[in-house]
This record gives sequence, C-alpha cells and structure tokens, in this order.
Amino acid sequence: MSTKPKIPTIWDIPREELFAPGHRMCQGCGAAILMRHITKALGKDAIIVEATGCVEVTTTVYPQTAWKHPWLHIAFENAAAGASGVEAAIKAMKRKGVIPKDKKVKVVAIGGDGGTFDIGLQALSGMLERRHNVLYIVYDNEAYMNTGIQRSGATPYKAWTTTTPVGKVWRGEWRPKKDIMGIVLAHRVPYAATVNPAYITDLYMKVRKAVEIEGPTFIHAFSPCTPGWRIDPALTVTVSRLAVQTGVWINYEVENGEFRVTTPVPKRKPVKEYLRLQGRFRHLTEEEIAEIQRMVDEEVERINKLVGKTVIGPVVE
Amino acid sequence: MTAQLPGWKSLPPGAVITRPGSTVEYKTHDWRTLRPVIDQERCIRCRLCWLYCPEGTIIELDKPYTTKTGRKYTRTYEINYDYCKGCGICAQECPAKAIKMVEEVR
Ligand code: SF4
Ligand code: SF4
Repeated sequence: MSTKPKIPTIWDIPREELFAPGHRMCQGCGAAILMRHITKALGKDAIIVEATGCVEVTTTVYPQTAWKHPWLHIAFENAAAGASGVEAAIKAMKRKGVIPKDKKVKVVAIGGDGGTFDIGLQALSGMLERRHNVLYIVYDNEAYMNTGIQRSGATPYKAWTTTTPVGKVWRGEWRPKKDIMGIVLAHRVPYAATVNPAYITDLYMKVRKAVEIEGPTFIHAFSPCTPGWRIDPALTVTVSRLAVQTGVWINYEVENGEFRVTTPVPKRKPVKEYLRLQGRFRHLTEEEIAEIQRMVDEEVERINKLVGKTVIGPVVE
Repeated sequence: MTAQLPGWKSLPPGAVITRPGSTVEYKTHDWRTLRPVIDQERCIRCRLCWLYCPEGTIIELDKPYTTKTGRKYTRTYEINYDYCKGCGICAQECPAKAIKMVEEVR
C-alpha cells in the first residue's frame, strides 16, 4: 500500500536556504532550481555524495563550496559506490556506539545524466542491488553539458549536440533516450519517482518520501540546460512546464510496485510547442516532429495502461 | 645535502573545504545585463519568484507593506542584487507582471 502524505503547498517549503548563492551554474540553470529545493526537502540531517558533473564543478570551485551539508566528491563513475560506503560506515559507527543508534541520517547521491545513465551505471546498479539506505538523484540535462554539450545516453531522439551534429547525413541524435527509470525499477526498489522543476511542491513531497523510506530510493529530475538546449534563460521553467503539458515528461512515482501519475494532464499540448522553444531542435522538419509526436503518444499510452486509466489525455490543438 | 622533505602524514589533507556555503564570498552580479525590478505596488506576494529563482537571491521578508490602494501585506519580496545573474525567470513567472527586466547600468 502506498502511504499518502499530506500534499505540501507552496507555503510548506522552508524559507531557509541550504544551498548558497555565488555558485557558478549558468544563468537560468534548471539544476540550480532543483538543488535549492532538494536541499530544502532533505533537511539538515543528510550527507551528500556527488558525481562529477555540472553541479559538482560549478558548486565546489576550490576553496569555496555552495553546499551546507557534509558533501563528498569522488569521481564520475562512483557516486553510488561512495554513497554505499558512507552508508555502511554509518551502520558500523552505530554498531560500535560512536553515534547514537536512533540517529537518522540519509545518505544522498547526486549525479548528472552522464554520471548516472552512462559512466556511473554499474555503481548505481550495485548500490540498488545491495539495498543500501541511499537516495540517488539524477538531474538529467540530457547531455554532457559542462564539457561542451556532448551526447549522453539520456540525449533525446533528434536533439542536436556537438557530437550528434546536424548536416546532410546526420539529423542530431538518432538513438532514443535510455529508459533509466525502467533500469532502476528492474531492481525492485521500494521507491522511484520523476520530478520537474516547474512542479516544486511535487518535487518536495517526493524527496521527503524518498528520504523517509528505508532502502535504496531513486529520483529522476528533469533539468533544462540553457546553453546546451539553446534556450532563453528566462524560459527554463516555461520549458519544464511544457515538457509535462506535452507529455514529453511525465511526473510519476512507483512505491512498492504501485504506479501513480502525480501530475495528470487531461489535455495534452502538441509536442511542437515544447520543441520550438529549443535551438537544439531547430532543424526538425514537420515529418520529424510528427515522428517525435508518435513516440510521445506511444509512451503516454504505455503509462496510461500501467495506471489502468487515462491520466494523460489526448493531444488537443 | 639532500633537502628534508615533509612526510605524508604532515601534509594537509587535499581539497577539504571547511567553510559551508562559502560561495557567498563570490558575487555573481556582474554576470547580469538585465536587472529585475519588483514593483511592490503590483506584487501580490504569491512567492513564485522566490520559488523559481535559481540563485535563491529573492529574499522573503516579514516586512509589512501597504499599497496605495490600502491592501495590507505581511510579507515583502526583495532581490539581493549581489548574486542575481539576471536570468529573467522571476519576471517570466510572475503572475502579476510585477517584475520588469531593465537594462543594467554600472
Ligand atoms: S533574474 Fe534570475 S537570478 Fe535574478 S532574481 Fe530573477 S530569477 Fe533570480
Ligand atoms: S512572483 Fe510577482 S507577485 Fe509573486 S511574489 Fe514575486 S513579484 Fe510578487
């Protein structure tokens, strides 16, 4: 059975900032909005282990840090392994009486899509398999952004990146986005969810839940990248919202196998409205847009089947 | 004569940052070409700009404010211009159109 906590309102989000300004994330960065509210939702009793990635390089420019939590960086591929070690150390310290047995400390690993979908995948799988009490959060900006927009396993179909260029032969990325939630759910984790920076109260509720639940939990966060997606920095939240309204992104959670869409969309907007705000999709022809629309329709159908009713409606122009 | 090198135990641990939140020392205001300005008369205190600002640089204050038409508010939203990068998300998201992006002059 799923636990149904009180749905928070915007006024439930704590005023206190646990993520300092002065970090070097780009103007209008989606991940910056995510990190602000993730840290608020975690509260103070958490230890964060971070993979190499945009957030890591921009928040810990030596000798300063934007983090107020105990925070550890190891490498690109092993945030999940590092977090597993931290969690095991906490257990040992409790056993030896170094820290009180009832002290609740959640270990949180944060990685980008490169550090999660590609480079850190086996460490993540090991962490989930060993049932560590760790929350893993991936902020997915759909390419290797801080090194100069190289494609990753998370890059969506037809998106331009510097390694999937657009020309006579190539039309951007030709492989569909990897289904990371599917991979994680195959490990039968107690809780996994998707979040989006335009829906902060939903994000807040899910991070709280993921912290409370014992065992490995996972959150997949949509994270617009203003230079990498070629979007106006002012439109980060607009693009995030459109992703949900068009069905490109679906906010859902899976708790002990029970699937629930948390942001139902009775009337979907055409996917074109989401694509046309982004320079990385500027080259798309009408046929290519129609193809992406079909792919989204199929995914929506799959989700509706999982839920057992139409939670994401048809496209209404 | 060989120089006496320090042993590894006497070396300070590498890359340990002991001051949480110390990026506040680094002001990012010079990234900005447009400056958001809140019109306190139009602001309906909805909290959305505060929510979506990537820098966390819109400050929520328990500072009462009465508009010229007599509406009383208990809160005020102000921008800390030390860190605002001028992205314009606040102006874009404000439902009351109370935030204007004006050209930054220094
Ligand atoms: S312009 Fe951007 S950084 Fe500046 S206050 Fe508004 S949302 Fe925050
Ligand atoms: S978004 Fe606009 S109306 Fe809402 S608090 Fe900010 S300035 Fe005021």
